[in-house]
Amino acid sequence: MGNLLSIVTFLPALAALILALFLRGDDAAANRNAKWLALIATGATFLISLFILFQFDPSDTGFQMVEDRDWLLGLKYKMGVDGISVLFVMLTTFIMPLVIAASWDVSHRVKEYMIAFLVLETLMLGVFMALDLVLFYLFFEAGLIPMFLIIGIWGGKDRIYASFKFFLYTFLGSVLMLVAMVAMFAEAGTTDIEQLLTHNFASETFSVLGIQIIGGLQTLLFIAFFASFAVKMPMWPVHTWLPEAHVQAPTAGSVVLAAILLKMGGYGFLRFSLPMFPVGSDVMANFVFTLSVIAIVYTSLVALVQEDMKKLIAYSSVAHMGYVTMGIFAANQQGVDGAIFQMISHGFISGALFLCVGVIYDRMHTREIDAYGGLVNRMPAYALIFMLFTMANVGLPGTSGFIGEFLTLMGIFQVNTWVAAGAATGVILSAAYALWLYRRVVMGDLIKESLKTIKDMTAREKAIFAPLVVMTIWMGVYPAPILDRIGPSVEALVSQYDLALESAGRSSDVRVAASAEN
Amino acid sequence: MESIILFAPLFGALIAGFGWRFTGIRGAQWISTGLLFVACAFSWIVFFQHGPETEYVQVARWIESGTLSTDWSIRLDRLTSIMLIVVTTVSALVHLYSFGYMAHDDNFREGEESYRPRFFAYLSFFTFAMLMLVTSDNLVQMFFGWEGVGVASYLLIGFYYRKPSANAAAIKAFVVNRVGDFGFALGIFALYFLVDSVRFDDIFAAAPTLAETQLTFLWTSWNAAELVAFLLFVGAMGKSAQLILHTWLPDAMEGPTPVSALIHAATMVTAGVFLVCRMSPVMEFAPNATAFITFLGASTAFFAATVGLVQTDIKRVIAYSTCSQLGYMFVAAGVGAYGVAMFHLFTHAFFKAMLFLGAGSVIHGMHHEQDMMNYGGLRKKLPYTFLAMLVGTLAITGVGIPLTGWFGFAGFASKDAVIESAYAAEPGGFAFWALVIAALFTSFYSWRLMFLTFFGKPRGDKHTHEHAHESPMVMLVPLGVLGLGAVFAGMIWYGSFFGHVDKVAKFFGHPYGEEQADGEIAVVWPAGVAHGAEHGGDHTDDHGEAKDGEGHDDHHYVFAGQPGEGAIYIAPDNTILDDAHKVPTWVKLSPFVAMLIGLGIAIWFYLVNPALPAKLAENQRPLYLFLKNKWYFDEIYDFLFIQPAKALGRILWKGGDEAVIKGGINGLAMGIVPFFTRLAGRAQSGYIFTYAFAMVIGIAIFITWMTIAGGAN
Repeated sequence: MGNLLSIVTFLPALAALILALFLRGDDAAANRNAKWLALIATGATFLISLFILFQFDPSDTGFQMVEDRDWLLGLKYKMGVDGISVLFVMLTTFIMPLVIAASWDVSHRVKEYMIAFLVLETLMLGVFMALDLVLFYLFFEAGLIPMFLIIGIWGGKDRIYASFKFFLYTFLGSVLMLVAMVAMFAEAGTTDIEQLLTHNFASETFSVLGIQIIGGLQTLLFIAFFASFAVKMPMWPVHTWLPEAHVQAPTAGSVVLAAILLKMGGYGFLRFSLPMFPVGSDVMANFVFTLSVIAIVYTSLVALVQEDMKKLIAYSSVAHMGYVTMGIFAANQQGVDGAIFQMISHGFISGALFLCVGVIYDRMHTREIDAYGGLVNRMPAYALIFMLFTMANVGLPGTSGFIGEFLTLMGIFQVNTWVAAGAATGVILSAAYALWLYRRVVMGDLIKESLKTIKDMTAREKAIFAPLVVMTIWMGVYPAPILDRIGPSVEALVSQYDLALESAGRSSDVRVAASAEN
Repeated sequence: MESIILFAPLFGALIAGFGWRFTGIRGAQWISTGLLFVACAFSWIVFFQHGPETEYVQVARWIESGTLSTDWSIRLDRLTSIMLIVVTTVSALVHLYSFGYMAHDDNFREGEESYRPRFFAYLSFFTFAMLMLVTSDNLVQMFFGWEGVGVASYLLIGFYYRKPSANAAAIKAFVVNRVGDFGFALGIFALYFLVDSVRFDDIFAAAPTLAETQLTFLWTSWNAAELVAFLLFVGAMGKSAQLILHTWLPDAMEGPTPVSALIHAATMVTAGVFLVCRMSPVMEFAPNATAFITFLGASTAFFAATVGLVQTDIKRVIAYSTCSQLGYMFVAAGVGAYGVAMFHLFTHAFFKAMLFLGAGSVIHGMHHEQDMMNYGGLRKKLPYTFLAMLVGTLAITGVGIPLTGWFGFAGFASKDAVIESAYAAEPGGFAFWALVIAALFTSFYSWRLMFLTFFGKPRGDKHTHEHAHESPMVMLVPLGVLGLGAVFAGMIWYGSFFGHVDKVAKFFGHPYGEEQADGEIAVVWPAGVAHGAEHGGDHTDDHGEAKDGEGHDDHHYVFAGQPGEGAIYIAPDNTILDDAHKVPTWVKLSPFVAMLIGLGIAIWFYLVNPALPAKLAENQRPLYLFLKNKWYFDEIYDFLFIQPAKALGRILWKGGDEAVIKGGINGLAMGIVPFFTRLAGRAQSGYIFTYAFAMVIGIAIFITWMTIAGGAN
């Protein structure tokens, strides 16, 4: 199958097209058909994407299953996966059927809803596979539109405001990236990512208006990309759109947002910033570390006092993404391995946590923490699952949450102990806010009259959680298959990065000191 | 066999937790308990059959990233096998005991709520996590067990989930422990950074070089061994409830009493001591860090004992007593007498579990009344429980024949060993005196507990007293078994833990040597330890029992060998064991005298003149309140950390995020917002979304067509 990647990418879009063109009517039957078609399409996409996983050769650090075709206007259509992207592809195809299944109770404009999610899947997959700047940009930006619609049409009561905010923030961030892409094309003469990865962008210091720019063009390009990815991540202080968007988005939208869309920022850092602008990354690393630590501590503290469940989990997401950025720019094996692992794991855990909120939101139609209490009395299965993901969220060893946090911290410790110590306080704070949330919602006696008749999870809900439970524990207990797949590519990335720094005359002092000691 | 010991409790937990619907509630209880007894039996077999050598069993791969490589694996050496029997024995007995204790619980609706399988599942899960901790051969797996027991503790403290106090205590325990884990984790990172491995063997081998390495950490440069030792000890402080991080332990008494016996007395809280002993090769190169451990251990022993004097909740008295005894263990470990620390850990597990289970029996018999002020005269109603508690008290206060060193109840042998080691390390120093005074207090509060509970006239609710009943056999049998340990554990294993150098060395598989006339040292590797083919260990048999501890023999042995050879490491210049045997006679007598004084005061206060304590509390009101309120640690922490964290969170949220959101909009009010609202207005009418939708579908069609068209080329 020479065009496996394209098939996987466009299968959901094809299903969306079928829905748009052939499904008529707004009755119950049409809605049911729309749901089933969407579920089958996403399920099939997942199954086919398994071939990608099986065909993928971990020992090959280059791009695999590459498709390279001429396209309109002299542009190229080029797709491929490597150890860094393949798991994001899998994460996306894995999450989407669950998202569709979790949306079974949607009753408003079901057809459009399903179309939006299907198109979104295509665009997200495209982001992770695109090997051409223009193509990447297209997928990256177009992904905004369906998400904008999902929040704006199926969201909560302030959905319009939240959807515009989401759109403006992420869109403005990427304008700079577009400029940088043009500059890259001007310098390197190609938009092919594979070639750009081997291109040495100028890093000589020059001065603009009397300001010395260390790292030169690389630093400028880095900053431009950073503006876009930092908003996507999101990093402090440009994170304020996220809690807003999460609160207003429907459950399924929150899941996709947290589980997949946020990962585009981290993926961008790994695909562009670190390998293409090593000098720029090195120059800006301390800045990124500072933001990451602030993000972890700041958002954890803010999470502590939230009154809305979704906001709390959204802030917790920002804190967890802090570990990711920190790990990426630690730029060593443990840091980058950990960052990728953390992103994948966070996809399952935060997705599950938003689903947990969705379960009780569907029943009570409120996200107010104070409206709950003592759910364990009537919902033992829910209590168990929520407990598991709460613990995974605080990074308990044995769950996937631990390994990402642990590796990123281990990576950063080798670079900067201040950052490591600061970020490690997040371990304490996360326990505080997560367990406190759990206590207020689930523990205690059930005294609220409104909760007296609440029902435990249905079989459908349990079935949605089951794969997430399995993944979270499996990845925590036996992460070797995951780490084996990302390891070689990361190793190549890190050594290339070190080499580039060395040839630019920059090498991190700490690492030298460490090797001298051994 | 090791794997069965390790995984039997996990299976038990899974069956009790998820399979009870199929096995029935009783079935689940029996299966989990039965599996624990199997694990226990195997542990004793391993303990006796497995020599001092180190054995490894690899189970599966775990985290691998670059040069970092961690496995799920078992390291079996003497330290592990000691912990194995402690953990599985107490756990098996607590499982059995719980049949009776949990048979009926007013906190749950009988018949509707399956609290019993849940309880057994948690207990078994805890045991599994604890075994993972003690059998680990690397720091990361140990961290897994470390946090795993933390979760089990969290779940069990919060077992009565309807009680707000139990939920609060559960969170407190977890979060305070996380503060310790923060240090532990940094210690692991530092070690990996320095040694490029997290396996114990690699770390131990690198220990001497660590002592000569400087590491920049935060604001300055530190000696690597000192820093690592300190950071790891921070973890130990959290788990073992040492001063500063001790506040969670008394609150943890919210959990059911069997939990307190298993987790918060015998096993989990001793994990910190185990960690320090396990890391002894590093500790030996960190004199300042170990001095700090000694200081903090002694302070905790003293502090907790003072608080224990005035508590009236029977479980809290024992909890503070645990905290205090853990301080003793840390003093021993801090001065380099790792064997002594393990000895006290070992004996303490028996008598403290017994005291807790005894207290549980009293509470059970008194219908969940825990205030000792409502007890009194229960001797006749609960004769077996009384007997068990008496043995426990004799053990913890350290009753034995003075100057024999070993002939007495378990606590006598091990506690005196700790105090002698403390004196040997620094004659007349802080640690020594703090421990002696703590011994006096220990004796006082332990006997106070006995007298208030079992002697005098019944106080409190008359009805409760009339219906007070002895516990069923299923609860008394574990008490009896633990009683054996509380009586004999000290006498039987005195020589192995605190005998002369050669005995201790043989027990822990530590190479040792005999000083020859020419000053050379002939090194002996204990039998079974791989290294010593040429010496075999024939020097060792002629050595007498010498239990008097005076060391008049002609042989003079010293520890020899490299870090990592043997389950613990004692540097050649560490002569604490010898010195401890040679302390002056008055030092050896001091804990005994302290015990007698404490007993005397307790008799005077609670048997002879029962009105006196109340009067004293009245006269010395500030001091009484100071102790009663546990030195106000909770209040201070609330003021220093909890309230500021919440306030800061609120400030950052309202003053940071919300302000940015609102400010941003106001700031842009001139330009974007009118446009924005206009768009929004149109959006509401649906137009904009229709446009956007058309766009999306357009893009989808466009790209799909392009691809297909492109593919055709």
